[in-house]
Amino acid sequence: MFDQYIVCEENFRARDDGRPGGVVEVRMPYYRGLTLSMVEAVDLVLDGTPVPASRTTFTVHGNTYTFDQLPRTTDDRWEMGERAQLAFETDEPLTPGEHDVAVSVRLRISYMPVPGGGRDRKRLTLSPVSTTA
Amino acid sequence: MTTPPHALKRGVSLYSFQEEYFLRTLSLEDCIRVAGEIGARGIEIIPEQSIPGFPHLTDEFVDTWFSWMEKYGTTPVATDLFLDTKLHPDRWLTLEEQIASVRRDVDIAVRLGAKVVRAIINTPPEVMEGAAPYAEQHGVRLLLEVHAPFHYEHPWILQHLEVMHRTGSPALGLMPDMGTFVERFPRVVSERALRDGAKPELVDLIVQTYDDHGDTHALMDVVNYRGGGPVDFGLARQATHYIWTEPKSMLEHMPLIGHIQAKFYEMTDDEVEYSIPYDRIVPVLIEGGFDGYLSSEYEGNRHVQDAFPVDSVEQIRRQHAMFARLLGEDA
Repeated sequence: MFDQYIVCEENFRARDDGRPGGVVEVRMPYYRGLTLSMVEAVDLVLDGTPVPASRTTFTVHGNTYTFDQLPRTTDDRWEMGERAQLAFETDEPLTPGEHDVAVSVRLRISYMPVPGGGRDRKRLTLSPVSTTA
Repeated sequence: MTTPPHALKRGVSLYSFQEEYFLRTLSLEDCIRVAGEIGARGIEIIPEQSIPGFPHLTDEFVDTWFSWMEKYGTTPVATDLFLDTKLHPDRWLTLEEQIASVRRDVDIAVRLGAKVVRAIINTPPEVMEGAAPYAEQHGVRLLLEVHAPFHYEHPWILQHLEVMHRTGSPALGLMPDMGTFVERFPRVVSERALRDGAKPELVDLIVQTYDDHGDTHALMDVVNYRGGGPVDFGLARQATHYIWTEPKSMLEHMPLIGHIQAKFYEMTDDEVEYSIPYDRIVPVLIEGGFDGYLSSEYEGNRHVQDAFPVDSVEQIRRQHAMFARLLGEDA
């Protein structure tokens, strides 16, 4: 229902901790917020190459989680329309300019017999200046 | 034609503003202000959608909420609860945990001043029964949404009706969703499928079958036999998920009906709903003596957002112009 808004066009940037990689802001394709234990996956494919979940972290309103932690996180939520930061590591620093960013979100929604969520893919331009979230 | 005397009231579920709220072009306060301006004075809210920090509501938020109601001439009417039976990845919530979840949401409704709580369709009858005494103590009605593809003869609804009639709890009842009265296929949905690459002949087949109120059970299979792809399957599934039933089917359940979710997909320039015949629904509610709220639930945004600007405010305004006409407010 909000698939086309998953990948935010703004604030695609390099990591600010000196490691190679970047940060992309993402929104949940759903009409309400959800407890994080029901966010099953936020999968990233960068320039055609899948980034393993183990090389990504997920930040909502300043709280950072690994994807191993999310299934047990029942005291925090991804709010409706909230821009979460999906930080990822790569082998080499990101090159300046455009990148192909595809994100797939899988949600466990209790009233649905099949997984919820959605996917989006956009061409994003790396912000020239690295900024903190 | 004169409208018989009635006590129906008009309201809006803030679900209706989901596009603008998601994109932060309307704030929660903006939604309430617009509702007041439109004359949709009864506010239905999905706390999990509109209140960051849910399920924790601060006193400041609650104070602000009531100050908005006063400022914009609106009234809190209903909250919508969800039941996350799959909260944990490895186990189902126990019956006790499910009842506790409903009790928590009753508490939230009380803090927000709402007397009605929408129980989502997946709420089991035993959870309704277990939570009813708590709701009754707190002066709140727990109303099961009757949402497509369910209807009043469906076993899932019959199980709920059995609980409601056996316990006789004044706290339990029904909240019909007008998406159970989709007489013809919403064109915003079929047109979106065409833009997404559906095969025109298969779209015609699906829409025609639905509009003829034909047998949709095997539509996905037939679409497959005719070379359909994922977009065609999705549309065929939609056709099995909308239903048309006679609005008079609500009459025998009227004592249980406490709130109406006035689902809509497209209000045309002529201020009529393209697929749901409100001109035959509203008279049934009047005939049944319904005295609660007709609460707008706009759900067209997701079908047009790819190609057109979404204007939920205008869509809701048109629906309320129609309601005012059908309720005889112009007279």
